[in-house]
Amino acid sequence: MAVRVRIPVLMRNLTGGESQVTAEGRTVAEVFSDLDRRFPGVKERVYDEEGKLRRFINVYVNEKDIREMQGEETPLADGDEVAIVPAIAGGGPKDRSSASIDR
Amino acid sequence: MFAFTEDEIVRYSRHILLPEVGGVGQQKLKEARVLIVGAGGLGSPAAFYLAAAGIGTIGIVDDDVVDLSNLQRQILHRTQDVGTPKVESARRALEDLNPGVKVVPYRFRLDAGNVMDLIREYDVIVDGVDNFATRYLLNDACVMAGKPLVDAGILRWDGLVMTIRPGEGPCYRCVFPEPPPPGAIPSCQEAGIIGAIAGIMGTIQALETVKLILGVGETLTGRLLVVDALEGRFRQVTARRDPGCPVCGENPTITQLVEYDLACDIRGNGAGDRTAAAGGAAN
Ligand SMILES: [Zn+2]
Repeated sequence: MAVRVRIPVLMRNLTGGESQVTAEGRTVAEVFSDLDRRFPGVKERVYDEEGKLRRFINVYVNEKDIREMQGEETPLADGDEVAIVPAIAGGGPKDRSSASIDR
Repeated sequence: MFAFTEDEIVRYSRHILLPEVGGVGQQKLKEARVLIVGAGGLGSPAAFYLAAAGIGTIGIVDDDVVDLSNLQRQILHRTQDVGTPKVESARRALEDLNPGVKVVPYRFRLDAGNVMDLIREYDVIVDGVDNFATRYLLNDACVMAGKPLVDAGILRWDGLVMTIRPGEGPCYRCVFPEPPPPGAIPSCQEAGIIGAIAGIMGTIQALETVKLILGVGETLTGRLLVVDALEGRFRQVTARRDPGCPVCGENPTITQLVEYDLACDIRGNGAGDRTAAAGGAAN
């Protein structure tokens, strides 16, 4: 099952700058596993230490929140679009700080 | 008849021509009170368009002063405003644009102790804050007070915007139940921001506010608009009210305002920011 995955700006350092990648999997969880094999670090970004999806990262399949469906077990069909959308609060008001994180 | 001067009729004529606005709508805008939290990247375009639109009273909360590095996106402020309080420079800019608007500056940081008193005075709240602590605080306060909140966030080339109408759709916590731990997302640390994304998102906030006041169209309630400026892509995703939401759900567990101690300005990566507190400044 090939799906398209939209990568948020904050995770593109993992995908070599790609905003959209294709991945294989019958469920959302399988897609994340496939992504992590090819782009190590994806799982660490989306899952917490207990292996649960992080509460500030939302995942949508064809624009619908997977929490409204079957979560990570939400089944996927060929051509589906999976979007990863993290909460964002804002950007750098305190400009003189030079620190930049790119996890 | 409406209480408009001839100048006002000319100034707002392109509004009044719109069937969704007309004289009645323009009067609603004139009577409206909008609170903008943060006179930064989002607050600037939002405030400019709301002042131009003839919103009668615009309150602006910000405890910060203008820094040279703000000017790349915070278009309320000019080079000569560097070092002056943002609320003062905002007031000058908005009154220059439209002297018919009353601008009320609040030069302090929004916190659990003052937020309820402040939002009580306003019809619509615009969230232009830069940090998760103030964002969740404002969400919770608006849900408790039943005030519509137009929320947006921006980072690098990305933007998110949604309109929270308590009781009618999801709140911020329904969509993002918990704020990320400090450092997980560079909300405070300098991550960079393209100036014009602030313009897009802040302008959408102004548009949502105007629609709320006029009672026309469909607001971004129950859906989240996600903007990827680098790709030139706007998409929307659905957002549902969570019956288990700790603040707007069936059995709310948050009944008093809490302020997250997300003092990432201090702890996060030793970013060396000049403002010690987590809230206040705007992106
Ligand atoms: Zn809620």
